[in-house]
Amino acid sequence: MKASLIWTGLGFTLLAVAHYMGLFVAPKEAMMGDVGRILYVHVPTAWVALVTYLVAFVLAIRSLWQGKVSTDAYLEATLEVGVLLNVLLTIQGSIWAKPTWNVWWTWDPRLTTTAIMVLSFVGVLLLRNAITNPQRRATITATGAIVAFVNVPIVYMSVRWWRSLHQTQSSPETVSQTMHLPLRMAAFGMLFLMIGFILARGKIALRKLEAESAAPDLPDLNTVKPLDV
Amino acid sequence: MIAIGLRQAVAILTKDLWIEGTSWVRWVGLVSFGILVLLLFSFAVGPNSAMLQKHAAGYLWLATLFASANLFTQSFLLETEGGAIEQLQMAPVYPAALFYGKAMANTLQLLLVMVVMVPPLIALCDVWFVEGFGLFIGTLVLGALGLSAPGAMYAAMTARLSNQQLLLPLLLFPLIVPALLAAVKATSLIFFGDPMGQISSWLTLLGAFDLIYWILCGIVFGRIVES
Repeated sequence: MKASLIWTGLGFTLLAVAHYMGLFVAPKEAMMGDVGRILYVHVPTAWVALVTYLVAFVLAIRSLWQGKVSTDAYLEATLEVGVLLNVLLTIQGSIWAKPTWNVWWTWDPRLTTTAIMVLSFVGVLLLRNAITNPQRRATITATGAIVAFVNVPIVYMSVRWWRSLHQTQSSPETVSQTMHLPLRMAAFGMLFLMIGFILARGKIALRKLEAESAAPDLPDLNTVKPLDV
Repeated sequence: MIAIGLRQAVAILTKDLWIEGTSWVRWVGLVSFGILVLLLFSFAVGPNSAMLQKHAAGYLWLATLFASANLFTQSFLLETEGGAIEQLQMAPVYPAALFYGKAMANTLQLLLVMVVMVPPLIALCDVWFVEGFGLFIGTLVLGALGLSAPGAMYAAMTARLSNQQLLLPLLLFPLIVPALLAAVKATSLIFFGDPMGQISSWLTLLGAFDLIYWILCGIVFGRIVES
């Protein structure tokens, strides 16, 4: 639990400094003015959300390969943190869209594929929650996460593959130098926060799974048939 | 090994089609459901015939999608009821053969439902195959293949769960959005003409989707069935 506290503390500190710089030190965005400052929140959330799903994908393959309870627990944690970041990302995008595009939501490939991505992973978590047999639950979660991950590269590339209102990916060359530091600090802050959350939630999930396996054998609720009355 | 796997897949396909083919109540139910959805869309849009015509391709594919959720649920129910799946595993049947047999049976059944829905669609929305009937059938086949592979996999994943009726569409519908988009666009271009030659790019996207999911689902299906 100590490691997760350190990562979370470091993450929050970096985010606080980065957002102070983003709000008061960095210059206004040339086209959008002060509204553009939301990029210090939105862009790091997007990066880290996609990284979280990538971690979930790797854990899912590992879980199928090794079948360890700990991998399954951390996979659950990673999926939950990914969904949390994905929901935040969608809300932030909607807030940014209103003053810039004059709508909260529009038919746009990036927006739509992002919304689909969150629903895909929510589905995997709901499915996991519905299965009572631990071994089957681990396998189904891992396979579900692998299949849902196919959408992640589609989200990333959507702005290039289709005509989109959303801008294409930026690089250090396309962003003013004064924006680099707060953006990078916010990105690392968000990344550390993600690590802290996964470690804390994974630990809880692992304890729950261990307690479940230590409990006396009960019939599998998914296969047991109701009594004929 | 491949020859045995193919024989097993064909045996599963034949078995499923034979069992499903004998249940006329189910077929009438599925087709009626699809046509009902088409009618509901036309009621929701109102008496604007231009609007109905414009969105005809979307109605066809959404009606197919809704009907497919029921079809996929049923396809795996056959195996879980009475423990048939355990017997199949002991037979032994390759999991990949089981998957491809099931997915192919789903594709053929879905195609049949769609073909029956086409005449009511033409009558309701006043559309015709400007780019040719062969291209239309090709789009239906690619679209049905795209729905069937993830459908068969999710049906296996959600088998025996009390809330399967809710979980299967929740998992399947977001996943197949690229296939749905490509199928609707291609069908729409077939109905209204394709002066810019865009159909081939939509069909390529649909084909790529089919290829990815038929391979990926075939690989992971073994672990799902084993669990």
